[in-house]
Amino acid sequence: MSTGTVQYEPVIGLEIHVQLSTRTKMFCGCELSFSDPPNIHTCPTCLGLPGALPVVNEQAIHFGIMIGLALGCDIAERSLFHRKNYFYPDSPKAYQISQYDVPLCLGGHLGDVRIHRVHLEEDAAKLNHLGASGRIHGSDRSWVDFNRCGTPLVEIVSEPDIRSAEQAREWLILLRTTLRQLGVSDVDMSQGSLRCDANVSIRPAGTTELGTKTELKNMNSFAFVAKGIEAEIERQKRLLAAGEAVVQETLHFDPITGSLTPLRSKEEAHDYRYFPEPDLVPVLATEGMLAAARADLPAELPAERAARFERELGLHADTARLFAFRAELGDYFERALAAAGANGGAGLEPAELSNWIAPLTERIGSDADPARSKVTPEGLAALATMVKAREVSRDAAREVLTLMVSEGGDPRAIVEREGLGAISAEDDGLGEIVDRAIAADPDAAEKVRAGNMKAIGPLVGYVMRETKGRADGGEITRLIRERLG
Amino acid sequence: MSELIDLTAAQAAERIRAGEIAAAELFDAYRERAARDELNAFTWVADAAPEANGQSGTPLGGVPVAVKDLFCTEGVPSQSGSKILKGYRPPYTATVVAKLAEAGAPLLGKTNQDEFAMGSSNENSAFGPVLNPWDRRRVPGGSSGGSAAAVAAGLAPWAIGTDTGGSIRQPAALCGIVGLKPTYGACSRYGMIAFASSLDQAGPFTRDVHDAALLVRHMVGRDPRDSTSLEYPGEIELPRAEDLKGLRLGVPEDLTGSEGGIEPGVRESFEATIKLAEGLGASIEPCRLPHAPQALSAYYLIAPAEASANLARFDGVRYGLRVAGDSDLVTMYSRTRQAGFGAEVKRRIMLGTYALSSGYYDAYYGTAQKVRTKIAEDFRAAFEQFDFIVTPTSPCTAFELGAKMDNPLAMYLNDFLAVPMSLAGIPAISIPSGLSQGLPVGFQLAGPAFSESRLLDAAHALEGAIGFDGRQARR
Repeated sequence: MSTGTVQYEPVIGLEIHVQLSTRTKMFCGCELSFSDPPNIHTCPTCLGLPGALPVVNEQAIHFGIMIGLALGCDIAERSLFHRKNYFYPDSPKAYQISQYDVPLCLGGHLGDVRIHRVHLEEDAAKLNHLGASGRIHGSDRSWVDFNRCGTPLVEIVSEPDIRSAEQAREWLILLRTTLRQLGVSDVDMSQGSLRCDANVSIRPAGTTELGTKTELKNMNSFAFVAKGIEAEIERQKRLLAAGEAVVQETLHFDPITGSLTPLRSKEEAHDYRYFPEPDLVPVLATEGMLAAARADLPAELPAERAARFERELGLHADTARLFAFRAELGDYFERALAAAGANGGAGLEPAELSNWIAPLTERIGSDADPARSKVTPEGLAALATMVKAREVSRDAAREVLTLMVSEGGDPRAIVEREGLGAISAEDDGLGEIVDRAIAADPDAAEKVRAGNMKAIGPLVGYVMRETKGRADGGEITRLIRERLG
Repeated sequence: MSELIDLTAAQAAERIRAGEIAAAELFDAYRERAARDELNAFTWVADAAPEANGQSGTPLGGVPVAVKDLFCTEGVPSQSGSKILKGYRPPYTATVVAKLAEAGAPLLGKTNQDEFAMGSSNENSAFGPVLNPWDRRRVPGGSSGGSAAAVAAGLAPWAIGTDTGGSIRQPAALCGIVGLKPTYGACSRYGMIAFASSLDQAGPFTRDVHDAALLVRHMVGRDPRDSTSLEYPGEIELPRAEDLKGLRLGVPEDLTGSEGGIEPGVRESFEATIKLAEGLGASIEPCRLPHAPQALSAYYLIAPAEASANLARFDGVRYGLRVAGDSDLVTMYSRTRQAGFGAEVKRRIMLGTYALSSGYYDAYYGTAQKVRTKIAEDFRAAFEQFDFIVTPTSPCTAFELGAKMDNPLAMYLNDFLAVPMSLAGIPAISIPSGLSQGLPVGFQLAGPAFSESRLLDAAHALEGAIGFDGRQARR
C-alpha cells in the first residue's frame, strides 16, 4: 500500500497544569513560595509526617470554580478527591491527592476548543540532583525541597480539538491571558506556574477515527510547545510513511536539540490504584460559593473581548483575536481608540487605527508591551488621525513612527521639524512636479495615454522620489491621470 | 500507696481537687508502677510528673493518662509498634492528647500495640508482645493491648487507644476493663498514625463506665485539622442510670448464631448479662443485621486498601528506618520496607494493594464499600426498633501467646462481633460481664451515631448489676 500521497491531519489535545496563587498550600497552612531557601515552608502535613491530615484550601476551591465558570464548565455540586499512589521522593505521602472520576468542573470551551475537565490537585516537591545525568538515576546525590510540595494546582484538559502546532500555541496564549485576567495564577511558563503537556496523533485527512497518540512533556515555553508538537507530527508522519506504527508512549522534549526521547517505561508504567481520599470529605459547591466566584469574574474575558473587537469595532478576525489574547495589545489599542475619539478622530475607523499596532510592534519587538515604549497611545492615535486627514502620507508616517519609537514625542511636532508634511496639489506645486515627471518619461506617458495603466508606476515613482515620500500616492495618480486622460 | 492505685480516675481527681492528695503524688505512684512494668505494656514512661500548674483546677484534675504508641507526642517516641519508626520523635502532638493534657490528664507513658494497629493479640509489635495481667501466658488482645493491660494491671489510672475494627473493645474485653469506641468523627484523628482512615477512632480504656464518660467527653469535638471530625452535638453526660427501664435491646442472631464461633463460657456470661438487663427493666428481643456476617470480609478489603496507601510514606526518605540501596532508589525503598515492616503489616499492604489494583478495584474494594453501606443500613433499620444492639465483645477469652499466630484467619475472627459497628461508624462500648475459667468476658452495647451519653448510661446501670471485680489483675 502506498502512503506517499496520503494527507495527514494532526489531532492535538492539551493538558495544562496551573499553580494557583492562593495564599497557602492546597491542604495545609504553609505559605506558597517560589524563590525562598529550601524547606522553610513546611509542616507535618506537607512533609507527609505520620498522623498529619490534609484540609482543603477554600480559596483554591474558589479559584477552581472561577476557572470553571470562565471556561463555561458545569461545576459539580459534589466532587471528590482521590489518592493517586506512586513512590517517588518528590511525593512525601507516596500518593498525590488529586481529583479523579468526580472532578470539580466538566465540559465547557475556550474559543473553539472544547474543555474536557478541570480539576484540583497538589503539586509535588522539587528534586535537585547532583551529577551529570540531571535525573535521579545516576546522580551522586539528590535533595528534596518541600517548599513547592502541596502548592495548589488546577489541571485543565482540553478535548482533542486542536489541528496544528500553531493553533496549540495560540490557544495556550488565550488560556494564559484568561487565567491571568482571572487573577488566579502567575501563569509564567518559565517559572513553572503554567505547564503544558500535549497528546498528539495524526490521521488521514477526512477520517474520524483517532490514531495512536503520544504524550509530550517538558515544553516549558510557548515556542517550545509549537516546536515540540511540530516535531512530533513530523516524526509520526515519517513513521507512517515508512509503514511503521506509532507506539503509545510518553516523550520528553529537549528544547535545545529539539529531539523527542521516550521516558523510561519504568517511569511511566504505573497502576496508580486511585481510591477516594478517606481523609477528606466531598467538596460541596454551594450556591453561595458559585455566587462568590461569579462576582469575582472580570467583566470581560479574552474570548468575549475578541468577539466584541470583531463584531462591534469591525476589526479583522485575526487582529481581534491577537488583541484579545495578548491583553496588553488590546489594552493599548483601546486607549489609543479612546484618544482618537477625544480628538475628533477625523472619521478614523477603529480598523484603520488597528493597522498601526503591527507597525509599532515591529519596531519595538514583537513580544514587547507597547505601553512600555516611548510611543503613547495618544501619540499613535494622533499619527493615525493625521494620515486619515491626509496631513501626512502613509510612508512618511512610518518614518515618523520610527522616530517616535526612538525618541518619543508628539507626531505633529516631528512632522513639522522633519518637514514630512504632505504636499497637496493646490499648495505646493505638486502639479509642477507631475508635469516634470511626464516630460522626463514620454514613453511611459504615451503608454498611459493609450490606456496601459501599468505604465503609471515609473511616473508615480518619480514624483515620490522628488517629494521624498511626502505626497500621497493616490493624489499623485489622480493628477497624472488628469493630465494624460 | 496501694490505696491510691485502687481509686478510679474520677475518685482520684476528686481527692486531688479536695486537696487530700497532690497530683504529683498520684503521678509518681503510677509512674513508678509503669516503670516497673512486667507486662511489656509500656514502650516509654515519663521521667517525672509535669510541673504542677494548677492541675487541681482542671476537669481531669491531673490524673495522668497512658497513650497508645501511635498517637504522636512531641519529642516523645511515637513508633506505632513498628521497627520502621523506631526512635521516631514527632515535632507535634496529636489533637486528642493535647486536649486531654489541657483538660488536666498529663502524659504518663506510651503503650505497646500491634504494629500500625494491625492485630488482635498485640503479638505483632516490634517491641515484643504484651502479657495479659489476668494470666501472663495469655495475650491482652489487640491492637491496643498495652493500653488495656496497663489499665487492668493498675499501671495507669486510665488510657486511650484506637479502634479500627475492635482494637479498643476486644482488648478491653480480654483484660476485664471498659473500652469505648466513639462515633466515627467524634474524636479528631489528627496526629494518630493512620491505619485505616475511614475507620480509625480514638477512645478511652478505664476501670469503670463513669471514668470512660469522664475521659471521652474531653476527647471529642470538631478539629479544624481533621476534615472528617464533627462537632459533637451537646456534651457527653456522666452516667447516672441505675436501671434499664423502657430500653429495648436487640440481640443480632446473624452475629450471635453459630457463625460467630462464640465459646461456651462467653455465651454463658452473655446470657447471664442479658438476664440481668431484663431484671433492670430492659426488653430483650432477637434482631436482624442480615449483612453483618459479611462485615469481616469487607473490612479485610477496605482497611488494608487504605493502609496500603497510609503506610506508603514509610519509604526511608525523610524519617524512620532507612536501609541503603547501593545508589538505587527502588532498592532503597524495598530494603527499607522489607526490614522495617513485620509480617502482618506486609500481608495487609499486599492485600490492600491487590484490592485497589486496576482490574480488581470494582470486584474487591468497590464491592466491599457496597457491603459497608448495606451494613450501615442494617443498623439504621435495627435502631428503629431497638435502643441498642448487644453482643459478646469477643467470641473468646484471652488466648495463649502464639496460639493463633500461624493462622491469620483465626486471628481475624476475634473481631467478628466488633467489626460491623466499625464499618457503620457507630459507637460501641465493652464492659466486663464476668469471668470464664478465670478470664474476663466482655459485653458489647452498640448505639446509633452520637448516642454515647445514652450508651454510657445503659452500660453504667448494667455495670452496677454485674458487680465485676477487677482487683485481681492489679496485684
